[in-house]
Amino acid sequence: MTIKTYRQTLHDTLAEEMRRDQDILLIGEEIGHFEGSYKITSGLLAEFGPERVKDTPIAEEGFVGAAIGAAMLGLRPIVEIMTINFSLVAMDQIINHAAKIHAMFGGQATVPMVIRTPGGGGQQLGASHSQNIEVFYAHIPGLKVVCPATPADAKGLLKAAIKDNDPVLFLENLGLYGTKGEVPEEDYTLEIGKANVAKQGSDITIISYSKATTVALEVANELSKEQISVEVVDLRSLRPLDRHTIVKSVRKTSRAVVIEDDWLTYGIGAEIAATIQEGAFDYLDAPVRRVAAAEVPVPYSKPLELASLPDATTLSKVVHQVLDATAFTR
Amino acid sequence: MTERNTTTRNSRVENKRANGNAVKQAQPDVATARKSGGDAKELLISFYKEMVFIRNFELKASEMYQKARIGGYCHLNLGEEATVVGLMKAMHPDDYLFTTYREHGYALSKGSDPGKVMAELFGKADGISHGWGGSMHLFDKETHLMGGYGIVGGQIPPATGAALAISYKNKPSDQSPIVVCIMGDGTTNIGAFHESLNIAAVWKLPIVYVIVNNLLGMGTSVEMASGEPELYKRGASYRIQGIRIDGEDPLEVYNKSSEMFQIAREEYRPVIIEALSHRLKGHSVVDPAKYRSEDEVKEAEQHDPIPKVEQQLLDMGYITKADIDAIAAEAKKRVQDAVTFAEQSPNPDLDKLFSNVYATKINGDLHRLPGEPLFNEHSFDEATEKLK
Ligand SMILES: Cc1ncc(C[n+]2csc(CCOP(=O)(O)OP(=O)(O)O)c2C)c(N)n1
Ligand SMILES: [Mg+2]
Repeated sequence: MTIKTYRQTLHDTLAEEMRRDQDILLIGEEIGHFEGSYKITSGLLAEFGPERVKDTPIAEEGFVGAAIGAAMLGLRPIVEIMTINFSLVAMDQIINHAAKIHAMFGGQATVPMVIRTPGGGGQQLGASHSQNIEVFYAHIPGLKVVCPATPADAKGLLKAAIKDNDPVLFLENLGLYGTKGEVPEEDYTLEIGKANVAKQGSDITIISYSKATTVALEVANELSKEQISVEVVDLRSLRPLDRHTIVKSVRKTSRAVVIEDDWLTYGIGAEIAATIQEGAFDYLDAPVRRVAAAEVPVPYSKPLELASLPDATTLSKVVHQVLDATAFTR
Repeated sequence: MTERNTTTRNSRVENKRANGNAVKQAQPDVATARKSGGDAKELLISFYKEMVFIRNFELKASEMYQKARIGGYCHLNLGEEATVVGLMKAMHPDDYLFTTYREHGYALSKGSDPGKVMAELFGKADGISHGWGGSMHLFDKETHLMGGYGIVGGQIPPATGAALAISYKNKPSDQSPIVVCIMGDGTTNIGAFHESLNIAAVWKLPIVYVIVNNLLGMGTSVEMASGEPELYKRGASYRIQGIRIDGEDPLEVYNKSSEMFQIAREEYRPVIIEALSHRLKGHSVVDPAKYRSEDEVKEAEQHDPIPKVEQQLLDMGYITKADIDAIAAEAKKRVQDAVTFAEQSPNPDLDKLFSNVYATKINGDLHRLPGEPLFNEHSFDEATEKLK
């Protein structure tokens, strides 16, 4: 194990995989000469050359589509979309093409590609640059969506995504790039579609993914000082969704809160809540609660932005509300 | 589509003017001003003053960003002041402007209040977008600034539609408003650019697409990114006339833009202006621009339009060193006033968090802060009551 940032882990994993497989190439805006908008691909142009680290014009629809075609002929492109907001420009290629080609042609063609892209609000980037719209992709049969919360998971899931023969949207987060954690040194691959119990507990389950998992763990640790035992289920994958692990945990704790950075209505938490009510109805002591963003285009002004986004204080408050509603005793 | 083509057209426009077709607003006419000598002097001095003001505003914005008074992304017009001022002064007040996230200078030069622009960068209630937009998203109904847009190319289709609205309600004439749509060089590679150009061509819309070619996207050069790096030619597939101009010379920008704007006004057809310019600093305030060689940076500095215009004014005896100092002092003071205004402005009201999501009243309760339950007894009973 070594301690590394999420950013460094992504960088090292990309480099490792590119050394292993000549068919992998990187495609994206400013990933080579500029060393990456968030410096994930820093130094890779120097090591692998412009044939394999391809800077693109600003043309998301064009280069995502080009990656699809290259994948159909056997290359394994990894596309970087600067932020998930710009993926909207490429949505037709992702949803109407990458996700459909295998099924629509009767299973005869495959699209082994990865789209890496960060979500994240809270950086005062304004409404069109602060969205967490992974649910758009998590909704689509034919796509896989993974969302690592830690550097180790970033390594394990990126390796899995690269080796996968289906298109995988690999969700990163602007707020996670600088975070640190232990990362296995060996070739480490996680299975896509398996959630992780990031912390064991018995009183209440918090379900989360991506950056929200760091908030969930922070709250869980705080609450342990109050003798509240929180279990944290980190989804790791939004599609496929590991319903079993979620339900198993809630059957044990009887209480559940979801924290998600997206908007409440039709958000990821809605699917989790539906899963829990169907799978653990008889075990539930209280309704499932969701902590999500206020339903507004994210404002620029700092105090307004803070008010609109979920945070640890709010999560902690809601956990207390659920415990109080069920006459929880320590 | 060639330079020569443009020149013929330009002379036609000149002739029309000479024939007494007075331009609606009292815009300074450089062609005549140059002949008479006197006004060109006034014009160049006024352009210079405005360029110096924008320079000072941008340097202050950079300083305020370092002090964390400004957040998010902050893109500056440093090095592009001549292009900005020449273009904005060639517009009529009722022309519409759609622009990018690199737009402080455009807002200021089109006439927005500097205090309100700075207040927007500070995210304050008196900001020009009421603190909701920030540096990348300035809007001013009064000056017809229809927005700075942060998604590359995002402004181009709406700008094209605005030109449709103009053509729907007006007839071509030297009185007609037009749309001016600003974009960077890198932006000409996105699909929205090409789709919009074609639409504007087939619908014959009064729009001027201005490509500010500062030679770089973020770090990607025009040559690396564009199959046709002479960007003014990119309208050729749609038979859209284009010209390339020297964006370092505010008078040239002003003159040539005025002519192209006139074509859009009087003939209702789209045209392209490519203004060659230089970005003095990084892509945004936080970009140290390590990908640029020292030579490249030096080269860009040599293209800084401000010392050039300054020298021109001195050489022609239009102003003295003392005037230059006075102009700089005046600009600094105006910028300082803007900062003071921004500092004193309050934060936007938290109660207004939900006020602008929709323009209309909505059924259902979407006003919920993070963590608030869908139902509490109180709200449920209230809603039931309402339904009765
Ligand atoms: C659709 C989309 N893709 C990528 C970006 C990120 N981005 C912001 S500015 C920029 C470069 C634009 O370059 P150019 O058009 O030359 O304008 P300049 O910044 O030089 O003024 C990029 C890639 C974005 N905002 N929107
Ligand atoms: Mg540019």
